[in-house]
Amino acid sequence: MAAGAGSGRTMSSTFLPVRFWLLMPSWLIIGFFLALPVLLMLVYSFLTKEFRGGVIWEPTLAAYDQFLFDRGLFGDDPPQIEWKYISIFLRSIFQATGATILCLIIGFPTAFFIATRNENTKVIWLFLVTVPYWVNLLIRTVSMKFLIRDSGPLNELLITIGAIETPLKLINTNFAVQLGLFYSYLPFMVLPIYAALERYNFTFSEAASDLYAPKWTILRQILIPIIKPGIIAGCILVFVPSLGAFLAPDLLGGAKTFMIGSLIEDQFKGNAGNWPFGAASSMILLSLVMIVLIYYARAQSKEQV
Amino acid sequence: MEKAFNVKQYNGFYFITCLCLFILYAPLLIVMIYSFNDSLSITRWGGMSLRWYYEVFYGLESEKFKLAAWNSLIIALMAATIATIVATAASIGMVRGGHFKGKSASFGLISLPIMVPEIVTAVATLIFFSAISFKLGVLSILVAHIVFCIPFAYLPISARLQGIEASYEEAAQDLYANRWKTFWHVLMPIMGPGIISGFLLGFIISLDDFIITNFVKGAGVETLPTAIFGAVKQGIKPNIMALSTLLLLFSVFLVTLSYFIGRKGNNLKTNK
Repeated sequence: MAAGAGSGRTMSSTFLPVRFWLLMPSWLIIGFFLALPVLLMLVYSFLTKEFRGGVIWEPTLAAYDQFLFDRGLFGDDPPQIEWKYISIFLRSIFQATGATILCLIIGFPTAFFIATRNENTKVIWLFLVTVPYWVNLLIRTVSMKFLIRDSGPLNELLITIGAIETPLKLINTNFAVQLGLFYSYLPFMVLPIYAALERYNFTFSEAASDLYAPKWTILRQILIPIIKPGIIAGCILVFVPSLGAFLAPDLLGGAKTFMIGSLIEDQFKGNAGNWPFGAASSMILLSLVMIVLIYYARAQSKEQV
Repeated sequence: MEKAFNVKQYNGFYFITCLCLFILYAPLLIVMIYSFNDSLSITRWGGMSLRWYYEVFYGLESEKFKLAAWNSLIIALMAATIATIVATAASIGMVRGGHFKGKSASFGLISLPIMVPEIVTAVATLIFFSAISFKLGVLSILVAHIVFCIPFAYLPISARLQGIEASYEEAAQDLYANRWKTFWHVLMPIMGPGIISGFLLGFIISLDDFIITNFVKGAGVETLPTAIFGAVKQGIKPNIMALSTLLLLFSVFLVTLSYFIGRKGNNLKTNK
């Protein structure tokens, strides 16, 4: 596509001697204000909590213990598995998976349709898909809440056309949260699949059709295996932010739809006020995300071999 | 021989694409329409009016929103500017630096803010600021925003630089331009579209951020998203819809701008 890309050398003797000086500011800023804080967060997850936020510098496993075990009100009962937090994590994984599948069902055909348009209409479709992503996520989530609330336009429309008689109770359900996540990250699914389809050579499909392969078989057995890296990239781009999402579960859900993001927020901004526990939950979330990303990196490097 | 079917055409895909766009735009359009509603209730339609826009600018809460908007703009402008400078330097270091030990680690560090979930970044930053007793306020928000703007600015800038051959700089060097002059007069003008895209991306990302800002803002300091969130917690009011519509149109304007600048850059590249 880009005519200049790859046609010439990009290494030059001009800036080579100063490359470390050029990289230094970004290393320092991100290292000092992000990498170091993440390490500090790891340390905090092993400290003792102070009431109303903050920590006491005394090492303990209490945060992780609280996450996994229930030791009764006074902490001296025999430990039992505490399902409260584990189920919040499982629900988050379930919700993120659901949102990813929804995005894939809508996103793949959309990407396919856009990629098969001619050059001029392609950019317009692509632009239309990209614009909502750049609109403030908070505003988009609030709009969704406005649309699907009990006395909102969606219910009114459905009642007017006679599809339902009593308003659908959508707000505060798991489905509303999933819908919100799906809506938030849909463009993330379309773009990488589109990019993969752009590189796909449709003569493969033509060849298969000349050999009398049915249409959907071509899609399933030829096109999808070839563009798989793009599909996986899209799934990760939807799954990872959905997992730690805060706005959709907070605005569209209620107490029963608590997700990891809300749990963590509650420890710092909300009533719980348990910093080590919040830090420990964040570490667990970060580990989950890292596992997904490492799996992805492995799959990518295998693909290249 | 006549073909039995077109491999680029699948029944229903056009419909799903339209559905996709409908899902993406319907909630936004509905909020836009209702922001012109001349009624106190958000449910009933009471005719067209601009009263809620008037309310945003001159109403009871207007001072709060103006201050929040001002904070948002200043922070976004400064964060995007600093991040763009840092990211431009980093792009040159990475793309023009050849192979060196730890290059992929360097790339990993630069893209770290994109990989770490936002809520985790928020927690880590809050803990860090509290540990070093850094006062929470506009400055702490700014620092946090610079960090996550860097990778967003880095991506378009380095992509642009990758498409520029090194021969331009070498020609400048042969004509005795020093390193700074080579950058300022030769490389930067060619990198221009990438740099502007990077800046606008950072600006929008900073303007949009809620989660990290909410953690590191400190009491009493608000940006537009945190002010809107606080107001929405008490129920969606019509003036919030008007404010949201304004912010939405501003974002769309910026994206369109960035899009056209990027396209212009690509045209230049192909004409070369």
